[in-house]
Amino acid sequence: MTTGVTPPADARGADARGADVQGADARGADAQGADARGADARGADARGADAQNAAAQDASAQDAAAHAGPRRPAWQRRRRAAARFWRQYRTHRAGLAGLAALVLCALLALTAPLAVGSDVAGVTDAPGQPLAPPSGRFWLGTDRYGRDLLGLVVWGSRVSLLVGLLAAVLSVAIGAAVGITAGHFRGAYATVMMRVTDWFLVMPTLVLAVALTAVLPRSLGTVILAIGVTTWPTTARLVRAQTLAVEARPYIERARALGGGHAHVMTRHVLPNVMPLVLAQTTLMVSSSILTEATLAFLGLGDPTVVSWGGLLQDAREAGAVSAGDWWYLVPPGLAIAGVALAFTLCGRAVETVLNPRLGVAR
Amino acid sequence: MTADAAPPPVEEVAGRTTGAAVRGPRARTAAAYLRYGAAKLAGAAVSLFAVLVTGFFLFRLIPGDPVKTMTGGRPVSAEQLAQYRREFGLDLPLWEQFADYCRKALTGDLGTSYQFRAPVIDKITEALPNTLLLTGTAFVLYTVLGIVLGTRAAWRHGRLGDRIHTGLALTLYSVPSFWLGLLLIVVLAVGVGPVPGLFPTGGMESGGEEGLAHVLDVAHHLVLPVVTLVAVEYGQTLLVTRSALLDEMGSDYLTTARAKGLRDDLVRRRHAVPNALLPTVTLVFINLGRTVAGVILVETVFSWPGLGGLFYQALSVPDLPLVQGLFLLFASAVIIMNTLADLVYPLLDPRVGR
Repeated sequence: MTTGVTPPADARGADARGADVQGADARGADAQGADARGADARGADARGADAQNAAAQDASAQDAAAHAGPRRPAWQRRRRAAARFWRQYRTHRAGLAGLAALVLCALLALTAPLAVGSDVAGVTDAPGQPLAPPSGRFWLGTDRYGRDLLGLVVWGSRVSLLVGLLAAVLSVAIGAAVGITAGHFRGAYATVMMRVTDWFLVMPTLVLAVALTAVLPRSLGTVILAIGVTTWPTTARLVRAQTLAVEARPYIERARALGGGHAHVMTRHVLPNVMPLVLAQTTLMVSSSILTEATLAFLGLGDPTVVSWGGLLQDAREAGAVSAGDWWYLVPPGLAIAGVALAFTLCGRAVETVLNPRLGVAR
Repeated sequence: MTADAAPPPVEEVAGRTTGAAVRGPRARTAAAYLRYGAAKLAGAAVSLFAVLVTGFFLFRLIPGDPVKTMTGGRPVSAEQLAQYRREFGLDLPLWEQFADYCRKALTGDLGTSYQFRAPVIDKITEALPNTLLLTGTAFVLYTVLGIVLGTRAAWRHGRLGDRIHTGLALTLYSVPSFWLGLLLIVVLAVGVGPVPGLFPTGGMESGGEEGLAHVLDVAHHLVLPVVTLVAVEYGQTLLVTRSALLDEMGSDYLTTARAKGLRDDLVRRRHAVPNALLPTVTLVFINLGRTVAGVILVETVFSWPGLGGLFYQALSVPDLPLVQGLFLLFASAVIIMNTLADLVYPLLDPRVGR
């Protein structure tokens, strides 16, 4: 899988590093000796004068480095990797567009109480006539209770994004835990776990999620749980494959020989290596979680007390918007769902392509 | 590739266990296939049993007393409650209930629907042909469409056509199927502004027609649901086909085929596509679960009298025996289809299952 990623990325990064990073290298050489540096020291040599200046400016940081011990180079490495990642991500236009859309959407969702006011969802003193088409006052028309649809769509983004994010995090967390442990402990445990994974993989996700929401009390927590518990197997398989690749590397053997236990190997060596994959997977998973959330709400299985995009569509259908041809009631919530789901998919694919260049050719 | 090309150690094992070393490669292939098939079937049996177990315990998680739910708040005496409990076997120990439920499920007795006061299995057999008609039509169309467009996109990788196809597939993939269905109804069935309604808004037949007129009527009703399903599902097939074909594009055998002087078209049809199709087949079957979700939503939106519509009706009550029966049916159908795909796959691709 991602095994092939590191070498080319390192090679590219070696000449592309910024000045602050070289300064950091020099500090590191002071604090811990040059043996841990390897290739990185080359940059410090070449632009030694710059590095000296930077080091002098950061005298206090140097002290901190001495105290932080061997952790500090690791953080510098991660920061460099993040900068490198961003430089490559920037070249994917679709990914950037998706990211911009997401930032906009997140800002809207966070500022919704200020922008539209938290009473937008109130049914009792709705400001307009029920089912009015778009007008100067209500840009997107009104719903069955006479509430402003624009406000409702903005307000609904909060629930859709929240559920989408939390469900994706839960799903990927379960998947990563199963994947790492199944890849680390071989034998009977792995066999059983992978059988369970395969079983969940072929199960119709929606049917299982629907069955779960049907038997548990109606709430957002139930929806998050139902999505998380049914969608983890793809992640588990990906993470397990990556774990097997990582565990075959020599430094894992070294860690074991030095007395590192299972927990140490899994959290200190395997986890950091599967993390990029996990992040890409989370981004892609948010998109499908948002779709599933909308679907569950549309089937009447969401939390009836909150406004969500799927819930708005269910309202529209119940209010007879379809047979009456009230297109303005149907279009905005659906467009919002599709737009956010697409944005997350574009971001996820861009992240995946950056982290796995071989895949990048295939996509 | 034939069996001779399989790695030697596996061949040795196969020869030893079956004593087929003297009988030649064909017999060894058959033995290996049988072993592979037996393993897959055993796995499927375990999966089906897991579905049974889930079906049993999931629907016993419900808070509250099933008997009280059934009597729906009517005043019932303690004796009557006890009577109901005995009737539904709820007074037995859990494992006996489970054994009873397994026996009944295996003989096709899935209980009685609260809502329709009819055996669940009857409702299912009633709705099954309608679902098969809708799903089958859509499945054939979206698979063919996805493979054809995916092949063309990959072959013209990076060009404008490729980008348009991929972008459209990704967009439609992000669109909720129920919403697309609702929009199609508003635009093409109800009609917006000057556009008249071209298709029926829902259902499967207008009633009253006989013979050919009836067939045409059903086909007319079929158009919008099938278009919705195809639109939301073909993107996945397209993307999978495209990346599978792109994986093959750099292969030496394609260069050889070109060096032989084959036309570009022939290189694609005879050499690249057959190899790229194999991973596509697996993924098409793994994604059947997604198709089930699509069918539930599309049938609900178009009031199609199939299993998906039935599932929605059962949910809105909630009619738990019906939900449970449909859960068992959907899950086992997907498992059985996947097992069939697993069994057919090595016959298509000799590299698998050895």
